[in-house]
Formats: sequence, structure tokens, C-alpha cells
Amino acid sequence: MSEEPLFDPSLKKKSKKKQVAFSEDPLGADADPTQPAPDVIDNRTTNGEAVDMGPTTAHEQIAKQQSGEIDDDFKAMFGDVKKKKKAKKEIPLDLGEEGSGTATPTTAAADDLDFSDVKKKKKKKKAAFDLEAFEKELSESKVKDEEPDIDEAGGEPDGHHLDDVNEEDLGEDVFAQSHEAPAGVDSQNEPWLSSDRDYTYQELLQRFYAQLHASNPALFSSSTKRYTIAPPQIMREGNKKTIFANIPDICKRMHRQPEHVIQFMFAEMGTTGSVDGSGRLVIKGRFQQKQIENVLRRYIVEYVTCKTCKSFDTLLTKENRIFFMSCMSCGSRRSVSAIKSGFQAQVGKRIKK
Amino acid sequence: MNVQNFNTVDPFADEGQQLGDEDVGSQQNYIHIRIQQRNGRKTLTTLQGLPKEYDSRKLLKAFKKEFACNGTLVEDEEAGKVIQLQGDQRLKIQNFLTEEGIPKNTIKLHGF
Repeated sequence: MSEEPLFDPSLKKKSKKKQVAFSEDPLGADADPTQPAPDVIDNRTTNGEAVDMGPTTAHEQIAKQQSGEIDDDFKAMFGDVKKKKKAKKEIPLDLGEEGSGTATPTTAAADDLDFSDVKKKKKKKKAAFDLEAFEKELSESKVKDEEPDIDEAGGEPDGHHLDDVNEEDLGEDVFAQSHEAPAGVDSQNEPWLSSDRDYTYQELLQRFYAQLHASNPALFSSSTKRYTIAPPQIMREGNKKTIFANIPDICKRMHRQPEHVIQFMFAEMGTTGSVDGSGRLVIKGRFQQKQIENVLRRYIVEYVTCKTCKSFDTLLTKENRIFFMSCMSCGSRRSVSAIKSGFQAQVGKRIKK
Repeated sequence: MNVQNFNTVDPFADEGQQLGDEDVGSQQNYIHIRIQQRNGRKTLTTLQGLPKEYDSRKLLKAFKKEFACNGTLVEDEEAGKVIQLQGDQRLKIQNFLTEEGIPKNTIKLHGF
């Protein structure tokens, strides 16, 4: 981010810049609220340094001030750039409050064009922001507590460590999808904000998503709420066979052909089986509900969720022996890898030669 | 008359090579770790698709020692050399391989 082309390398530390910005800031605490703000603000200090002061024209300021709620969206949309500006802008304000104490009376005057007022608002909004994020985290942890009703059903001890792995491995599956996102919302989690180095794409991207989701909680609450799959009903037939009873239901929910799902499951679990008269799947081998669920999750990640928009509203079509997954909500289309069962070791009796 | 154009480099030369060593239709050079159920609560772990630069025999030896299990090397027509280990060693294999510097995103863990 080279927003400050004239940046003096000797001014490495933020604190120093802060002071410069404060003392030379035309809109600082001692700005006269009764005077209308200049149309264009010179973003240079007297010694020719570029100081980033956020919106540069009065028009932008007003627009920002009036936009109110939309402001959040706006910020989220341009999260990276705007955020950087904001972080810098807040610093002079802080100083103004602590140092001179004149900031409060000027804001009380509450002129529409009073810039310190804008800053003040900004800051409050930011605080609210954090609160919101915190609340979301709270609610999400609650959701997290509630959802694995199926997960707790695991019976035999030998399956446990596997399940753990699979869950973390499948990072972005239906259930676990959004736990990470809100963590980065408050600036405390982003120490790089205050450093002068160039931000990496990853950091900014994470920040963008964190803010996007913080300001639009509907974004992922809708997706997780909408897409739930009935837990697989597993029964044991005899000693060595497992019946997966509600597979037609699940396939219908996923908009997938049962054959495809079954093929995937068999390839993944390394077994065989058959479909009985009432559409139930009979799998050779002993499997628990949780294990089946893990396989299903993997199927969903691989063949149901849209890789572009994470939507589950996708269709699978076959063209020229290649499966294509087309997303109904964002319109993307991509080929998915064919299901291939790997090497099958010889177990049980050897084939007579 | 000498047609200059025909003397230039064959535009498809490297294309063909690319196709050749990419091994079309293969499972993208992933290392697959699978599990198979045997009788009772016994299982079998298979490791397939190990890159050529690793000596699978030495790896098997290391696995056996590290995980305290038996194992064997199986030749398969499609899959090539496959390491079989007794018991469920999927996690351990994955950890072992990642610690030895194989990127985790090339390893695919299968099974339930």
C-alpha cells in the first residue's frame, strides 16, 4: 500500500507520525466548528509529508455522515483501504481528548460540517462494531454447542480420534464453516494494523471478511440456517452390515443422485454394498453414525458446496463423462473430480489361482 | 523458396510434453491415505501415490518402526507401489509425512 509516496523513512514509528499529524492537523481539536470545512483538504503537513486524513473533500465527509447505516456496508465493501485511513485518523482524536480536552466542547457544538464530530462518531461506531462481533461470537459458540447433537452420539471409543481429525480437516464444511470469521473483527486481533509495513493480501482479505460478516450478520446466518441435513439414520443389520436408512431423503436435500452419493461413499469408505427394496443403503462393514456423517460432510464439501460462493444450491450434471457442478446462486460452473476408488487391499480369503 | 515459418519451433512441442508428464486423468498426484475394515475391529491402512523421489521401502521401514505395526509393500497395476500397514495409522502417517516436509495439501486422508 503506497498511499504515502512521500513517506519519510526516518519516521518509522507510529507515535512520531501521530504527533506530526496532530499538531498540523487542520481539523484537529482546535478546528473552529462554526467555520465550514474547506472543500479540499490539503493532506500534507507543513514539512511536506503526506498525512492520510480519510475522506479528503467535504462532500465525502457529508456523504459519510449522512449515510449512517449504509456506512457499515460501505466500509465493509472497501474495508481494506478505508480501514487503514480510519485507524490513522483516530489517533489524533485520541490525543486531542487526552491532551487538550477541547475536543469535547467542539463536538457539543455539533455543526454538520464539524469534522471532529465525524471522527467521534466513527469511533463510537467502531466500539459498537466490536461489541457486535463479540455478540456474534457468543451466539456462534452457542450454536456450536447446540449443533453436534449427532456428534455426541458416537458410541465406540475407537472412532473418536478419527472424528476429530476429520472435522478439522474439513475446515469449511456445513457445520464448522463460520467459526473463524468473526475473530478478526476487532482491531486488537490485528497487530499489523499499527505497523508501517505493507499489509499482506491474506491479512487484508481476512480483515475484509471479518468486517463483511460483522456488518452483515445475515450473510452467514442465512446460509448455515438454510442448509441443514437430517442426521443419517444408521442401523445394524446382523453383525457385519450397516443400513443407512434415510439416504434418499438426504440425497433429495442435496439435489444429488443417490447413485453418485453411494458411489462416493463406497469409494471413500473402501467397502461395497447394495440398495435394498425401500431405497435404503446396505453397507458392508460396521459403521457408526458419526463416521457416515463425516463421509457425507466430505461429499458435501467436494460435490455440493459451490467453491466460489459457498452456496449449497448447486446442480450436478454430466457431460462427456465429466461431472460439472453449476451453482444456482452465483452461476459459476466448474468440473468436479470423478469419484475414483483407490487401491483396495486384499482382505479375507485370497483368490484361488 | 524457403518458407521461414516452417523452420520455427513447433508450437505444440512443449504442449505435448506438458500433457505427457502431467499424467492426464490421474488423481492429481495426491498422496492418498485410506483405511479399510477387516474382520472385527481390525483395520488396514494403505498409502498410495507416493512421489517417485521417496524410497517406499525405506519409508515402510520407518513407518513400521515408528508406529510399531507390521506392514508390507504391494505392487498394484494402477496404483503402483502401495504401502499397507496394520491398524489405523492414517493420522500418524499424515503427521509423519508433514513433519518430513511433504506439504499437507498434497496428502488426502480418506475414510470414515
